[in-house]
Amino acid sequence: LQKTQTEYFTFAYPPEELTLESGEKLGPITLAYETYGKLNKEKSNAVLVLHALSGDAHAAGLGDDESLGWWDSLIGPGKGIDTNKYFVICSNVVGGCKGSTGPSSINPKTTKPYGLSFPIITIGDMVQAQWRLINHLGIMKLLAVVGGSMGGMQVLQWMVSYPDKIRSAIPIATTLKHTPQQIAFNEVGRQAIMADPHWRKGNYYTSKPPAKGLAVARMIGHITYMSDTSMAEKFGRKTRADKEPFKFSADFEVEGYLRYRGDNFVKRFDANSYLYITKAIDYFNILNGHSLGSVFKGLKVKVLVLAFKSDWLYPAYQSQEIVKACKLAGVDASYCEINSTYGHDSFLLEIEQEAQLISHFLYGVANGNGKGENRQ
Amino acid sequence: MTQINGKLEHKVIAGWISSGASVLDLGCGDGELLELLIREKQVRAQGIELSDQAIQKCVAGGLSVFQEDIDTGLSEFGDKSFDYVILNQTFQQVKKPEFVLKEALRVGNKTIVGFPNFVNASARFQIFFKGRVPVTKSLPYEWYDTPNLHFLGILDFKEYCRKRGIKVEDSAFIRKNRRVKLFANLFAELGLFLLMSS
Repeated sequence: LQKTQTEYFTFAYPPEELTLESGEKLGPITLAYETYGKLNKEKSNAVLVLHALSGDAHAAGLGDDESLGWWDSLIGPGKGIDTNKYFVICSNVVGGCKGSTGPSSINPKTTKPYGLSFPIITIGDMVQAQWRLINHLGIMKLLAVVGGSMGGMQVLQWMVSYPDKIRSAIPIATTLKHTPQQIAFNEVGRQAIMADPHWRKGNYYTSKPPAKGLAVARMIGHITYMSDTSMAEKFGRKTRADKEPFKFSADFEVEGYLRYRGDNFVKRFDANSYLYITKAIDYFNILNGHSLGSVFKGLKVKVLVLAFKSDWLYPAYQSQEIVKACKLAGVDASYCEINSTYGHDSFLLEIEQEAQLISHFLYGVANGNGKGENRQ
Repeated sequence: MTQINGKLEHKVIAGWISSGASVLDLGCGDGELLELLIREKQVRAQGIELSDQAIQKCVAGGLSVFQEDIDTGLSEFGDKSFDYVILNQTFQQVKKPEFVLKEALRVGNKTIVGFPNFVNASARFQIFFKGRVPVTKSLPYEWYDTPNLHFLGILDFKEYCRKRGIKVEDSAFIRKNRRVKLFANLFAELGLFLLMSS
């Protein structure tokens, strides 16, 4: 396995701060990013991978801490996004906590962490910052932008914000806008964090962090990422060997799993980032004043929309709405609803069919379309 | 016109389609016909297909394809949003052929329909002399596994178009990869129709 290294790009130094969608200014901004594969001479083989809520720049290969990239099953030599052919870029979003500027970063004006003085961030802001990174890497046009869940929202945002900077787009298990149910799950997560006395209105960087609150938020998240079937298969009603019945310990394996995932998350994620990023997701609405038929009007980008049958958090009908918007605008698009059992997590876990579709689609975009040269 | 290799039915369809046109193929399978039309006629192609495996092959061929059930209609496409809509070998397999055909005629300027002629001579022979439901080259299925839900002949379809006021601009009949000129309803294995939307 290839060792990967996280790099950093800092821009928007005062007085040329980045103007955010809210109108506020932010700068300097650092983006943590990783790249895999080689950029070709024409700089035409770059694929930008966009991460979901809790993701980071480390998408593939082995990191410094020996951890595997979050989409390593899809990205690498000979894989769905073949790093022998493509130059893959993944950056941590602005507002994040994995090396990019976010609420846990030091505000140079105060020399203290931003905390809640960090400006509100939108999906549009994340994409704006990514474009600066792409520009910095000398790439004028991306071969593709790919991402699932919140990553898929960024894909849709790229299609609207920078339509002439991309040749193709692959939004996966995502939506044109968050529904009340989706907002509700995020709100429960936020409330868990804010109800933790250690949260202290976001001002906890010199004291104990709101670990319990963040862990509960993550537990709720995990439930929504799985499916009834995948939980039944993984845990059943199995109980733990060390259980103490009716003492409200983690008797069932599913309880132990959720506690473990929650506690683990706290070690690697900042509670304020969780608040900011979930708000960015909830406010996301790519239609924002457009009609479904006009949002992608005139788009000269090839689109592959993917949904998963067992995903109840971002159900297939939401992907079909994206497809409908493409149809109404006459955009060159494909849609596939992949069989799966893992729920929303399918896009990270059940990747065989997804990888094939992406690999074939990218080949078609890179090598001209519809000539059947890639038949197997 | 350049030489087109492959199935005669595909050649006939390609012959009806003008260069650079936009084409929607309903039930496009693995995209063989659309690829031919892109190669020979530089069409802007869009397929609709249900099968997972077929979709994989379409995407592998660089085709744009939607995984959808055409029985639920084409309501997301505007009127006359394609120059041609193709219903080749799908027509007899949908649940509501009349509804699907209406939708095709609405969405396309012209519609191409192709279906196996269920009343050709070998089918008639098997029914009449063997007393069996026919299994022939163009109808290769047994009664228990056939995807065909509707059984029609060339005369049936002509009569249907006449009754509904659908204008047939051209037609072609095929048997063993050759054109049938006489007694098509008796001899042809396949019927192809180029329909004009009113």
